[in-house]
Amino acid sequence: MTELPPGLLLIVGAVIVPLIPRVMRNAYMLALPVIGFWGLLIIPEGVHFSFDIFGYTLSPVRVDGLSLLFGYIFHIAAAISIIFAFHIKDTAQQMAGLIYAGAAIGGAFAGDLISLFVYWEGTAIASVFLIWSSRTDAAYRTGMRYLIIQVGSGVLLLAGAIIHFKEAGSLDFTKMGLTGLGPALIFIAFGIKAAFPLLHNWLQDAYPEATITGTVFLSAFTTKLAIYALARGFPGTEMLIWIGAAMTAFPIFYAVIENNLRRVLAYSLNSQLGFMVVGIGIGTELALNGTAAHAFSSVLYKALLFMSMGAVLYRTGTVNWSELGGLYKSMPYTAGFCIVGAASISAFPLFSGFISKSLIIAAAAEEGHWIVWLMLLFASAGVLHHSGIKIPYFAFFQHDSGMRPKEAPKNMLIAMGLAAFLCIAVGIYPAPLYAILPFQTNFVPYTTTHVVTQLQLLLFSALAFTYLIKTGLYPPALKSRNLDFDWIYRRLLPHLLKIFARTLVSADRKARAIFIDRIDKIIAGVFRHHGPEGMLARTWPTGSTVLWVAVLLAIYMVVYFI
Amino acid sequence: MAEKQNSDKKSHWLDKENNVKKIIWALCIACSLSIIADLFYHKHTHYAAEDWIPGMYGWYGFIVCVFLVLSAKLLRKILMRKEDYYEEAEDD
Repeated sequence: MTELPPGLLLIVGAVIVPLIPRVMRNAYMLALPVIGFWGLLIIPEGVHFSFDIFGYTLSPVRVDGLSLLFGYIFHIAAAISIIFAFHIKDTAQQMAGLIYAGAAIGGAFAGDLISLFVYWEGTAIASVFLIWSSRTDAAYRTGMRYLIIQVGSGVLLLAGAIIHFKEAGSLDFTKMGLTGLGPALIFIAFGIKAAFPLLHNWLQDAYPEATITGTVFLSAFTTKLAIYALARGFPGTEMLIWIGAAMTAFPIFYAVIENNLRRVLAYSLNSQLGFMVVGIGIGTELALNGTAAHAFSSVLYKALLFMSMGAVLYRTGTVNWSELGGLYKSMPYTAGFCIVGAASISAFPLFSGFISKSLIIAAAAEEGHWIVWLMLLFASAGVLHHSGIKIPYFAFFQHDSGMRPKEAPKNMLIAMGLAAFLCIAVGIYPAPLYAILPFQTNFVPYTTTHVVTQLQLLLFSALAFTYLIKTGLYPPALKSRNLDFDWIYRRLLPHLLKIFARTLVSADRKARAIFIDRIDKIIAGVFRHHGPEGMLARTWPTGSTVLWVAVLLAIYMVVYFI
Repeated sequence: MAEKQNSDKKSHWLDKENNVKKIIWALCIACSLSIIADLFYHKHTHYAAEDWIPGMYGWYGFIVCVFLVLSAKLLRKILMRKEDYYEEAEDD
């Protein structure tokens, strides 16, 4: 057999990880995505492995341009994440990472909504172990919240799929648009995993709590699978333009003031997803190509940035802005790789973000969405602040924290080096990436206009940073927690529930008191009449009984004669 | 965790105040050059503002970044809590 269901190899391969001797385990785990990638190169386009069950036709594997692009980048991300985690001895984490990656890959090739649902929930359940593996109380609670939200998204997807089947008579996962209740539920399910505004907090909650290596896995798959699903099911849905634009803008305010640098990256990831969502909403070939290309390059640079902060956390035990500084002196390679990731996410010419984000911005301008276009430029300037400069500057430069940790372990450096190499390679020579985009394109990113205007935007943003630092206007690093929408379900709702419970308890207590009081009175009454001193409890002599019988008889006879 | 290494004694290029100033100067020069460059090529634009204002992207970038950082700083007044804000609540 020449073809293999994509992703299945990683899932099945994960199951036998515990049986593989430790000396061979790293090589074995790395081999899985490499072979899987090779499988993608030879699998023909079209639908494979279709089968009928209970009268439904399921097509678990559908291969076309869009799925292949996500399949490629998911395999690359899996390989890089596995190398980054070579030093891990925790079998549960190793298995979770592989199953998670495999489920995401499978999801990108699912041809029907039921198969998609299975993989969708697979990513949720496997990935939560990457959070729980931190083995702290906070991680346990975060994991529970994460799991509830992720599984909830899957339940919505399933409900939507069933309703959609009743409405449209098909389970095929193709473009549906917002045409009824079924697609609307599916839309929300996708929106949760894509971290739409107000549905986003699971991301900023979970990624900083996951293990050092787990976050690298997490950053690649869940949200990008959701982007893929939106691009497949809802291209050209206008609402997405505005949702996406809001998504690019609001998380970056949080990213600027957040203290935990891994959470800063989670906010900036959220903003990057916004660009992709805008592309899906615009829905032209240029825009959808932009979304696909940006998903590809953002997986690389986001993984690179999370790896560099992971290495810092591994060596120093913290990723807090308020505690770090000056690490370039003893971790120069990590600092260098971090700068490559920062330049890529900021979309400097010659780095990957430049050749992918520009398709989406160009599409917004071409379609005349000027407000959205200005918002995207705002987010593009802002990203330089919160990720491009803040992350490398405050971790590796600024004032000297006095920490002199060792350079990151070799496997981490190799993984970061690979990701950095790909960020630069895609940036310098985007042709191979453009060749695998879903639509044919002759987009040229390196025009004089584009290079010069982008440099203006970024250089002046950097100047603004310098100005704010030099004048002391830049907000200082503070040990803090910023309230976000999750306050509603972490503080407000539990608080209301407590108040509700308290009033319920006191009302209940009052009702019981009244009831008991009544019973007491009844008992007292009964006691008065029937108790030892009670009238009715007296022992009467037989004579008085005869008298009473005579009286009763007399009454009876009187009544009878009347 | 921080382990002292011999690199501690080595003086680094960035440790010197002068060199930091050089970087800032280089940035200022690069900014000016990027504006001047606008005069020397034909811009392919979508909106009129891009043509009217030389270096429009530069000004826009500077202004929105200052706005972003200062408004985020203001947001701290409303949003900022102690680091263990949630932990206290959840330990109940």
